[in-house]
Amino acid sequence: MDFDVLLQVLDSTVRLATPLLLACLAGLYSERAGIFDIGLEGKMLAAAFLSAAVAYVSGNVWLGLLAGIGASLALAALHGLASITFRGDQLISGVAINFLASGLTGLIAQDWFRQGGRTPSLPNEARFTGLDLPFVQTLEPVPVIGPIYAELISGHSILVYLAFLAVPATWWILYRTRFGLRLRAVGENPAAVDTAGISVVGLRFAAVAICGVLCGVAGAYMATALQAGFVREMTAGRGYIALAALIFAKWRPWYALWACLLFGLLQAVALRYQNINLGGVVIPVQVMDALPYVLTVVILAGFVGKAIPPRAGGEPYVKER
Amino acid sequence: MSSAQPAIELIGISKAFGPVQANRDISIRVAPGTIHGIIGENGAGKSTLMSILYGFYRADRGEIFINGRKTDISDSQAAIAAGIGMVFQHFKLVENFTVLENVILGAEDGALLRPSLAKARKELAALSSEYGLDVDPDAVIERIGVGFQQRVEILKALYRRADILILDEPTGVLTPAEADQLFRILHRLKEEGKTIILITHKLREIMEATDTVSVMRRGEMVATRKTAETGPEELAELMVGRKVLLRVDKTPARPGAEVLAIHDLKVTDPAGVLRLKGIDLTLRAGEILGLAGVAGNGQSELLEVLGGMLPALGTVTGSIRMQGRDLALTGAAGDGKARRAAQIGHVPEDRQRAGLVMDFFAWENIAFGYHADTAYQRSGLFMDNGALRREAADKMDRYDVRPPDPWLKAKNFSGGNQQKIVLAREIERKPALLLVGQPTRGVDIGAIEFIHKEIVALRDAGAAILLVSVELDEILSLSDRIAVMFDGRIMGERLPDETDEKELGLLMAGMDARASGEAA
Repeated sequence: MDFDVLLQVLDSTVRLATPLLLACLAGLYSERAGIFDIGLEGKMLAAAFLSAAVAYVSGNVWLGLLAGIGASLALAALHGLASITFRGDQLISGVAINFLASGLTGLIAQDWFRQGGRTPSLPNEARFTGLDLPFVQTLEPVPVIGPIYAELISGHSILVYLAFLAVPATWWILYRTRFGLRLRAVGENPAAVDTAGISVVGLRFAAVAICGVLCGVAGAYMATALQAGFVREMTAGRGYIALAALIFAKWRPWYALWACLLFGLLQAVALRYQNINLGGVVIPVQVMDALPYVLTVVILAGFVGKAIPPRAGGEPYVKER
Repeated sequence: MSSAQPAIELIGISKAFGPVQANRDISIRVAPGTIHGIIGENGAGKSTLMSILYGFYRADRGEIFINGRKTDISDSQAAIAAGIGMVFQHFKLVENFTVLENVILGAEDGALLRPSLAKARKELAALSSEYGLDVDPDAVIERIGVGFQQRVEILKALYRRADILILDEPTGVLTPAEADQLFRILHRLKEEGKTIILITHKLREIMEATDTVSVMRRGEMVATRKTAETGPEELAELMVGRKVLLRVDKTPARPGAEVLAIHDLKVTDPAGVLRLKGIDLTLRAGEILGLAGVAGNGQSELLEVLGGMLPALGTVTGSIRMQGRDLALTGAAGDGKARRAAQIGHVPEDRQRAGLVMDFFAWENIAFGYHADTAYQRSGLFMDNGALRREAADKMDRYDVRPPDPWLKAKNFSGGNQQKIVLAREIERKPALLLVGQPTRGVDIGAIEFIHKEIVALRDAGAAILLVSVELDEILSLSDRIAVMFDGRIMGERLPDETDEKELGLLMAGMDARASGEAA
């Protein structure tokens, strides 16, 4: 494999890992606070649709992004209401949100645009396009470093940089701030937080809201940066892959980065090598496409060693008598 | 502020949970710089009262005065601000946090952790040396023992500048040595001017540690006494509302024919560890054999193999003869059903896991194990649930289960009443041999008396009883013969009149004082 191809695959890895990473971090905030969120998928999908629709109609991608975040936040609020306020089952609420998003996005897209459940293709002005980082032209001729800088590091949309910056930011918030300490505590033992005089409900809603914002960015990235518009079911299970990555990462931000890059790499490889010929035996494209999902199953089946979820995860908090 | 003022004064506190009146018009004054005990049976309303004081619940009625000032405690934050700290029965610690992180949680100084942690580290060191509360600030909670975890809870309160410390059943999870240490710490805190409220149902702790004691019964405060001017008998009577015998009243045993003979019984657990290393025991009709020992020395395995709880065991060898017939040690012929058919009743050590199904109704629980009885079958297909319920109601009535409602789930009864349900089920079958594990663990003093009486009555009716208990008092007062287990072996047998706690304690630790005395 020559250097250029390698760079192209890695570049594609970064692009494909971005929505996974944003969703994975979204899940991290929520689950660290003790609210399991299987509805990452639905929130991303809703955000993808609304961001594309608003960007198309307004011609302003930033308005699109805001709309996407808004859609995702609305669903997050629903999840919070069901699982925090009314102490419902978090898995059921998440699944319901996924169904809701899947059905509503297609229906509304068809009603608004009449293109078979998709939005019209977005012109470049209504998308997040690649940014050229400083000194790209100057550095390009330098061997090795130049192409790496120009191809791999420069030229992504701003949301990609945002996603990667979110990793150290999340780590810092989680382990260096009061909010992070309380967030981790409420996912482990809400009674400890409650007796310390802090609102369990408030903390959990804050976490769910952060989760909503990040899912919104992830969805908007899918529809307005990675692709040029919304297509039905365009998230294609990325929300679930992000959950698998979260477990793989043992609910830690830096591990989440590596886990998402691994999934991104598999997707990039599948995109690049559609049919691999191994001395007469052709591995069909479907096998390659299935790779990320196969890895998801393998991870969820517990082949990654012991991953201990936050102890109060999935349990509504009820004051004991 | 004058020191004559009570540190805490509650006036007319009432609190109801639905139809249950947990606290009824409670008034109490706690003098500053004292240890004030609150004693009562489970469900008497002690914890509710303290939760109100800590802002966990709001009282329906009543007033709270802290140091003479009327205080509205609307939440825990308000209680902390009023100088109240609480150590709950079940610790409120984040298990995978360090000591330091747990201490600052909710009492951080700013949005960033680093300065808070540094300040807490310094202050913790000062508090530790001032009160003798040594803990490693960087230790992770789940890796330190419960005694240390409790210290962290106390440190949490002190770090929040608590002057009033409430401890709810603090010794429930501690070993006797740890409990002694705790009481030394509490005395030190008292000397430094802190006011301490100690909630417990153990009379011994009240007598040892407190200056004043208040007694609660069924949601009401029935009496307050100076500890020096009262005694365990009076307190027990106040708690239960009638005279309580703290001693078991029984006639000498009249042992009959041999019921159980165990020979060279060895049990290996699934991990391959030898748990029973050759047990020889005989048990006659009409006697109680008490099996003493520190938990984990093979008593549980012995009960399990006798009771037919085989899945927990690996390989079993040796012989068990019951009324002259060899019992199967493994397979279906050795399971709980076969044991019951052989007239062995079993009150398991862990009643919540092995004795009851907590989410099932009382009447269902009373039928378990005997539900295949022909008396409960209507045609070959259906069960006669009506008959089961009538019988359950009758048994609950006779065993004084409160409330006597067959339609209540097992988990909604107190520990003592759960145990009475299990006892009613097993004893009413008139077993030839009753296995009893930890009969009074987590059971109220009133219920203890009742349970002991029932066990003695069954003995007098001619049953053989194997009693396993970690409470030496219970072994000594109930047994006709005592065997001590250590490390999977019987260390020796004694008669209760000819031995004492000291000798049994040595045997439980694997030392035979009599043997070494003879050798000397």
